[in-house]
Amino acid sequence: MSNKEDESTTIEGIVCPVPLTHNRKIVLGHGSGGKMSQDLISRLFLPRFDNPALRAGDDAGVVQTSEVDRLAISTDSHVVWPLFFAGGDIGRLAVCGTVNDVAMMGANPQYLTAGFILEEGVEMSVLERIVASMQAAAVEAGVQIIAGDTKVVQKGKADGVYINTAGFGTLSPGISIGGACARPGDSVLLSGPIGDHGIAVLCARGELGFNAEVLSDIAPLNHLVAAMIQAGKSGYPQNAIHVLRDPTRGGVATALNEIARQSKVAIVINEKTIPVRPAVAAACEMLGLDALYIANEGKLLAIVDPEAVDQVLMAMRNTHYGEETVIIGRVQESPQGRVLMKTAIGSTRVVDVLAGEMLPRIC
Amino acid sequence: MKFISEYRDARLVLQTLSEIRRTVTQPWVLMEICGGQTHAIMRHGLNQLLPEEIELVHGPGCPVCVTSLELIDKALAIASQPKVIFTSYGDMLRVPGSDRDLFSVRADGGDIRVVYSPLDAVKIAQQNPDQEVIFFAIGFETTAPANVMSVLQAKSLGLKNYSLLVSHVCVPPAMHAILSSPFNRVQGFLAAGHVCAVMGYWEYPPISQKYKVPIAITGFEPLDIAQGILATVRQLEEGRAVVENAYPRAVTFAGNQPAQAVIQQVLMPCDRKWRGIGTIPHSGWCLRPEFSDFDAENRFPVRQIQPQESPVCVAGQILQGLKKPFDCPAFATICTPQNPLGATMVSSEGACAAYYRYSSESVRN
Repeated sequence: MSNKEDESTTIEGIVCPVPLTHNRKIVLGHGSGGKMSQDLISRLFLPRFDNPALRAGDDAGVVQTSEVDRLAISTDSHVVWPLFFAGGDIGRLAVCGTVNDVAMMGANPQYLTAGFILEEGVEMSVLERIVASMQAAAVEAGVQIIAGDTKVVQKGKADGVYINTAGFGTLSPGISIGGACARPGDSVLLSGPIGDHGIAVLCARGELGFNAEVLSDIAPLNHLVAAMIQAGKSGYPQNAIHVLRDPTRGGVATALNEIARQSKVAIVINEKTIPVRPAVAAACEMLGLDALYIANEGKLLAIVDPEAVDQVLMAMRNTHYGEETVIIGRVQESPQGRVLMKTAIGSTRVVDVLAGEMLPRIC
Repeated sequence: MKFISEYRDARLVLQTLSEIRRTVTQPWVLMEICGGQTHAIMRHGLNQLLPEEIELVHGPGCPVCVTSLELIDKALAIASQPKVIFTSYGDMLRVPGSDRDLFSVRADGGDIRVVYSPLDAVKIAQQNPDQEVIFFAIGFETTAPANVMSVLQAKSLGLKNYSLLVSHVCVPPAMHAILSSPFNRVQGFLAAGHVCAVMGYWEYPPISQKYKVPIAITGFEPLDIAQGILATVRQLEEGRAVVENAYPRAVTFAGNQPAQAVIQQVLMPCDRKWRGIGTIPHSGWCLRPEFSDFDAENRFPVRQIQPQESPVCVAGQILQGLKKPFDCPAFATICTPQNPLGATMVSSEGACAAYYRYSSESVRN
């Protein structure tokens, strides 16, 4: 190698274009649920609002309301477009998304609030359909919508209907579930095939030139979670469910990375065991997407004590939304904060978080 | 999925890898041309399973990576104009130009839309007759047929508001440039299967003969790549240098002739600047004079935009197979997909992005 070449590879020699960190204006990637969203939270929101519940970085904040009672609280805004798609709509999403965030703490979601931002000119029948869908989802989840708000903005100032929901649920004594609770040796469970929601929404936009027959998986997972907690308790000294997370924006890859980082462990998953429906896999191949990064709205990841994994798995498979549950990997000590995947041909690769925007506005 | 799962069959891949191990007796440097192949190699971890004698270096076949700074800056200038809808494949939005990227222009109010096909851009032009619609026509021979079809379609629809910002590049001139470099290390090529699906492989025997390098037309699944490597290594070990088609289910010698005909009709060869490499003579395509109305560079005053690119950007050396991402001290430290310093870290086909996303911990640190 010549000296000239050596010089060009020193750090001073790298004069690639200047880095663009997008810290001047909000770009879509800030809402993707991936690395840019995390940066926004850790740099802007967390320093201002800092408190232990928020700092935990879980799907819902848990607070002690009396000596024995704890409450899990979460909020989520829904801006999905289009409003209706195969397998669901913004109303079902707004209820299930928040129910699931509360349930992921092991809490029993009971009450929701709903705030509507409506664009002038939205058809009343559209709003009626959405509200009926919210009612059906609330009945299915067993929650009540106890407070609400409606704002209408001028035409062009919003895109049809946006819905914010907040959810509240009580936590039984002794339950300790959170992103920081994974331990080496634990098993990683996934409640069914991935990528359905993201691909269903993408198809509903009608921009792909093809239509995959995929239904969104939107579902309330609180009954599944209750069955898991019950199974994790029986015949076992401590709570066997360590972490629950619903892999929404950023998909399974991003959710597992969050857990690995919060728990300071490594998570190793096995490519062959991760279920993807053929239509989703085919759509991903055509679009160059990776199902591991695509949003789900009716699936959960569970990190479970290895001694209780059989009974938890059986309990999950006995529920409607958990019948396709599989074990996809396990937790190990190192490399800390990383997710690795054993490929089908026996090599190992890193599974990283979603960098920025992959599919805009899927929830 | 038919025609995919068979080529990801672990047993067949491992058998082919054993055959490669039995065949190889000495070190060889092979280049896979296409960024899609680089990603498949890293994603499936094929590089970890190859015998240590075989070194894979990553070629210039990532269209996003090789698009010159000049064209990115032109895209930024056009997209910032009022009454303009700038359409592009998604990857291009994050590639940094001299001072910003297309995402920043969009955040500043530019109407920039991601499309999956240039024909979608034609539809947008039909629906918005009062606005200029530009498609950023990047890519190798693979994307050219669809891009020229969009021009022909716009012409037959009588659209006056549709144009292309053309950045087309071609593989064979890049192979000539790599092989004639005094620093060349490449001894065999895995040629880009999808480029050959369009163009055939009639352009490759002269290259193989002139430089005495074996070339295997190679697909994108793990078994395809393993078969391409085996074909190339066999030739190297036997002292042969010919073109072999290891991707016969998609590629014929003559290629897709109707596609080549429409390319010929609309485009003609031109000199092209490659990011980090420089100008390679006759290495690109531009619109023929009879289609100059569809050339965005004729509609917007951007010809004077000629930013200076650094001659020593590491990305250029990576694209020529002279360096690997790990050789760059910025890799995974100050240069990451969230904060890319170079195009090879941005594109979903870029070599640095592939190493970053998929490489195992032992090699990353």
